[in-house]
This record gives sequence, structure tokens and C-alpha cells, in this order.
Amino acid sequence: MRKQLRVDPTACSGHGLCAELLPELITLDEWGYPIVADGPVPRSLDRHVRRAVTDCPVLALKLLPAP
Amino acid sequence: MSGITHSTALWYASRATGVVSLLLLTGVTLLGVLVNRQGRLPGLPRFAVTGLHRNLSLLAVAFVAVHVVTAVLDPYVTIGLTAIVIPFSSPYKPLWLGVGAISLDLVLALILTSLARGRISRRLWRALHWLAYLAWGSALLHSLTSSTDLHSGVLLYLAVGCAVAVAGAVIWRIAQAGRDVPVEERAAATLDMMAPRSVRPPGRRGPREHIR
Amino acid sequence: MTYGTTVPHQARQAQTAGGDGDAGLPRLLPVHGAVPVDLRTHRQRFGDPPYSGQAGRLIPVLKAAGLTGRGGAAFPVHRKLAAVARAGTKPVVIGNGAEGEPASDKDKSLLWISPHLVLDGLQLAAEAVGSTAVGLYLHRNPRLQERLRAAMAERAAAGVDFAGVEIFDAPPRFLAGEESALASRVSGGLARPRFKPPMVFERGVVGRPTLVHNVETLAHLALIARFGPRWFRLAGTADEPGSMLCTLHQADGRRDVVETELGTPLRSLLTLDGHVQAVLSGGYHGAWLPAADAARMTLSNGHLEPAGAFVGAGALVALPADRCGIAEAARVARYLALESAGQCGPCFNGLPRIAAAMYEIASPRPDPRAVTDMIHWAGLVEGRGACHHPDGSVRFIRSALHVFRDEITLHGQGRCVDPDRRPFLPLPRDVALSAADWS
Repeated sequence: MRKQLRVDPTACSGHGLCAELLPELITLDEWGYPIVADGPVPRSLDRHVRRAVTDCPVLALKLLPAP
Repeated sequence: MSGITHSTALWYASRATGVVSLLLLTGVTLLGVLVNRQGRLPGLPRFAVTGLHRNLSLLAVAFVAVHVVTAVLDPYVTIGLTAIVIPFSSPYKPLWLGVGAISLDLVLALILTSLARGRISRRLWRALHWLAYLAWGSALLHSLTSSTDLHSGVLLYLAVGCAVAVAGAVIWRIAQAGRDVPVEERAAATLDMMAPRSVRPPGRRGPREHIR
Repeated sequence: MTYGTTVPHQARQAQTAGGDGDAGLPRLLPVHGAVPVDLRTHRQRFGDPPYSGQAGRLIPVLKAAGLTGRGGAAFPVHRKLAAVARAGTKPVVIGNGAEGEPASDKDKSLLWISPHLVLDGLQLAAEAVGSTAVGLYLHRNPRLQERLRAAMAERAAAGVDFAGVEIFDAPPRFLAGEESALASRVSGGLARPRFKPPMVFERGVVGRPTLVHNVETLAHLALIARFGPRWFRLAGTADEPGSMLCTLHQADGRRDVVETELGTPLRSLLTLDGHVQAVLSGGYHGAWLPAADAARMTLSNGHLEPAGAFVGAGALVALPADRCGIAEAARVARYLALESAGQCGPCFNGLPRIAAAMYEIASPRPDPRAVTDMIHWAGLVEGRGACHHPDGSVRFIRSALHVFRDEITLHGQGRCVDPDRRPFLPLPRDVALSAADWS
């Protein structure tokens, strides 16, 4: 059961680490907030995803069960 | 006790690693303020600031471990193993070493909760992380009082430098936060920035620089 | 036919296409004029709430009836009840009367005129999910709150309720009635939306599973419990059964709350003659339709959704032909931007920029980049908030750009259908500027 990457926009304050650590799935919009790719997370990126989730200074990035 | 030099290598090791620990903890605290304010280190990516903050804290723990173990092992003073984590239980300088034990306890709590990030609630983690200032402050107090090393010479400048740096960082953080647009005003502030006068919400004075 | 009243908002029974006798309208509103109904009159017409004595019994009945939420989202009611019932212990039930939509009056009217239907519905819903923690979430309208308290006192004296109902204050915000904002406010905090998951039916008020229903939904529930699913389906269509309350804004400025069947042609509700250029369906998160299209449509999502609109909470506005649609849309866009809770970067950055661009387009000889900028920002904010405020606002704005495109061309030539820009759409004057405005 693959998980989905989502950002809690109420917690996110635009630090932007996630886009540096996971450029395959996350880009920043013109205001510095993350745009997260939809869909289940590819297995090959598991390690990078876990790091991005842990390193977010405000814990806004979340790995959630796919809906 | 002051004025008598102890020639044991252990005692010197303890003092030396103590100084390095203080410097590292000061660096960690400064980096923590930088992370919070989304500051950058020139030439480094954003994840380097948080990475450095974390890695230096782990390095600090390593140095504190050596500092503490060498002090306990040193035969000249009686400290006792439990005094490392239980404050005020050391026969030698119970008060000031107790302050050091408090600092160590707090640092360990900070490290452990940060390793468990994602498993504890965001609010709980944040609340506990405020203890970092107490951890640093008690480390500084312990350093100044446990020996006279920092009372003169280069080490005095170092100690003052650490204190001034953290104080400055805290003042800077508070000042910056004071200029942050409150959550409830962010949309209105953005509208100020973008829109002609006729569109602006009533009661606002005019455009601001940047909304975060 | 209108009934003369002295209550805040006139309410009347609409002329429905199929003939009111079969459908049994009015249902939520009194038969003989919009006079507030006291407990005695209510019991004479409807009897007491038909408690089943067991949790869950009502759920299959609601499923058969096909009742969907009347707060705008049209979510199947039985599914929400079932989700709360199985979500855990000590569920909470809150009736949502915080009608933050400026173009909608129907919840206030219902609460004023037929509070006992709503209160019945609250009790029955609470019984169905096994809850004794019941609340009513209302804006701070002293007369209305007093009326509700009086109704509750009548019921207490008559022993009609099994659970006490607590009234919770909602701030006068557009988003105050959003489910997670409601849960946050009732929990003691500010009325600001939260990120989901967890859903409110899993963890809502103080972390407990919470059932939130619009007050009109509860009123329908109270009637279905008495008269059954087949009765409910006598009105409306097969896919969208039942009746609903609508707030109608006619082009001449008249404003009415009516009860009508789903599937009613829009031209039966709004006077759509040559004086009307466009119709707004679904309030300020809804969409515009050209008047000619609206005249062919019915009050049903089946018709409206393919045209980009939706039924929502039944706020329908007929825009006169001599008003500037873009200026109206710009005013609303500004309001929507200022009603952002300010939590989510894309929302508090994007909506104000979109509003500013709308004002640019509304002015003579606008910068041509304003339209492309707006389209770009609209795409950027959609789906990136914790709630649907950006999405709904974008729907409203995109439909305005489409329906009023001729007006935009006119502005490009330095002309406008209404240079005076007289405001038509209702908007409140207050702007939220502090945390206190969200509590």
C-alpha cells in the first residue's frame, strides 16, 4: 500500500528544504511554498522522502496512506 | 582549590572538552535561531543550515560525554557517576556541577525528542525544544563557575563572546518576529502590497515589504 | 405569492413546476405564512420527535431517502452519520447555523421561523450516533440566539429533548462555518480551518468524533424520521430528492428566502427577463451563468455541474443588465481574499493578487497582463489550501472571467456598461484584522 506525500499548508512557512531534498516530487511556487506531486511515492525515492519528512523544520511534510 | 594546577591528563581533557562543548552548544543555539528565522549561510543550501544544526548538536553531545567521563574518572576530585545526570548529587562542587548535570539532561532530552520527530506531536516537540535556551544557559553558567579557566585570558573573551552572540541572536529573533505580519493580517497585508489605494482594507497604513 | 410578515427575512413557498400539492410543500416553513412557530404549533403539525430508542436505526432510513447536506457540499447524510457512529466513543453533534455566506439568508430564516424542526433534528441525529454532547453553532445575533434559547426552554419544560444543547458563538467570518473551523472554534480556539486528515468525523471537537450538519439538513432529517423516505422523495428528482431553502436575489433588488423542490427550473425562481444579464448560482464559491443558459437550467447539480456551477446552499442572484459584472466580481474577489484565514501560503498570497488583478480589469483600459496573471495565479492556488476557500474562490472568479468577457473587451476600449459601479451583490463592511475577529 503505497503512501502519498502531502504538505500541511497551515504548518508550512515556506522554509523550502523539502524542494532541495526531494526535487523529483517537490517544487517551490513563486512565493516559496511547496507544490507536491500527486500520487503514490515511487519506491526508489523512499529514503529521500523519509529524510525530507524528518528534516522539515516545522514537520509540515507528511507521508499519509493513499486515499 | 583555585590556583592549584592538576597535572593529570584527565583533568586537562575534561577542561578542554568542556570549553569545546560550550563553543559547540553556542554554535548549535545560534544555528537554531537561524533555522527558525529561515536564515541562510552564504553559499550553502537551506538543508545545510538544519543539517549543521543537527550534526553540531550530536558532536556537542560527544564532547560533553568525554568531558563528563574524564571528570568522573579523574582521581583528584570526587564526582561520582550518578552526578552526571542527577543534579546536585556530586560531593565536589555540588551546586555548579549540578547546573552542568541539568544542562546535560536537557541536551539529552532535546536530542531524544528530535530523533523521535514525527512520532510525537508537532506541538509537543516545539514546546520541549524551547528548553534549548535553558540548556545553553545552564551550560554557560556551569562553565563559568566550575573552574576559573574562563575568568581570564583568551577563554574569558571566548565566554563573553558566546554570551554576547546568543544574546544578540535572541534579540535579533525577537525583533524580527515583532515585524512579522500576524496570521490574521496576512491577506490584508498582501492586498496592500498589490492593490491600488481604493482596494486597500480600511485601517491599514500602506504597503509592507514582504509577507511570510 | 408572498406572505406579509414582520420577521427579518420574508419567506414564501415557490411556485414549483410539478404543482405543490403532490410534493407537500412547504415542509420546513409554516403553511400559513412565515410566522415563527412555537412548540405548541410545532407539535400540533408534526408531533413529537420520533425517537427510535436505539442508536443507528435512523441511518438506513436516511440512506433510502437520499438526503444530502444542505450546507453546500451535498454530501450524503447517512454516510456522515455512519462514519461518526463507527469512529469511536463519545461523539459530539453540532448543528451548523453559521451562515458565513453574505448572499445566503436561509439558515437564519429557518432558525428564526422553525427552530423546533432544527432542534428535533439535532436530537434525532444525536440519538442515531449515540451522542449526548450536542451543540448549536451560531453567529452572534442577539435576537436570534434569544429566540433559540426560548425555544430550548419550551422544550425543556415539555421534556421533549433527551440531551441538553449548548450554543456556541461563531465569528462573522465567511469560513466560520467550514467544518474544521467549526470544530476548532467549538473546541475553544479560533474559527480557522485545519488540515485533513484527520477528518472532523474522526477527530473534531476536542479530539472526539464530531458530526456536523447544516441546520437545514437537520430540519429535513427531523421530517424524514417522521414521514419516511418515500414521503421525502415525493419532492425533487430521483437523483436529487427533496426540497430545499433558497435565497433569491432578484434583479430589482428584492431578496427572498423560499422553499422549493430540487429540480425546479431557475426561471421559476428568478425573474429572468431582458433586464438580467447573468445568474450567480451557489453563492460566492459558486459560478456565474449567462442569463440565457440559466433560463434553461434547473436547480440540480445534474444540470448545473456540467455548466461549471452548482446548487450549493441555494444562493441565487440575478445580475441586472445595467451593472458591471467585472466590478461586482472584483468586489467579491477582494472580500474573499480578506476572508482568508491567513494560514496557507498559496491562499493569502494568491487570492489578494487575484483580487488586485480583478480591480485592474475592472478599471478603464486595464493592463492586458492582468488577465493572464489572474489565470496563472488561479491555477497556482487551486487545491493548495487546508480548506476549499481557494478552490471555491477560483471557481467564482474563472466563471466571472468567462461570463463577463464581453465586458472585459469593453473595458479594453475604455468603456463600461456602468461607469458608476453601483454595488449590487451584498457584502459586509467589516474586515477581519486581528485574532479576536476569528473567535
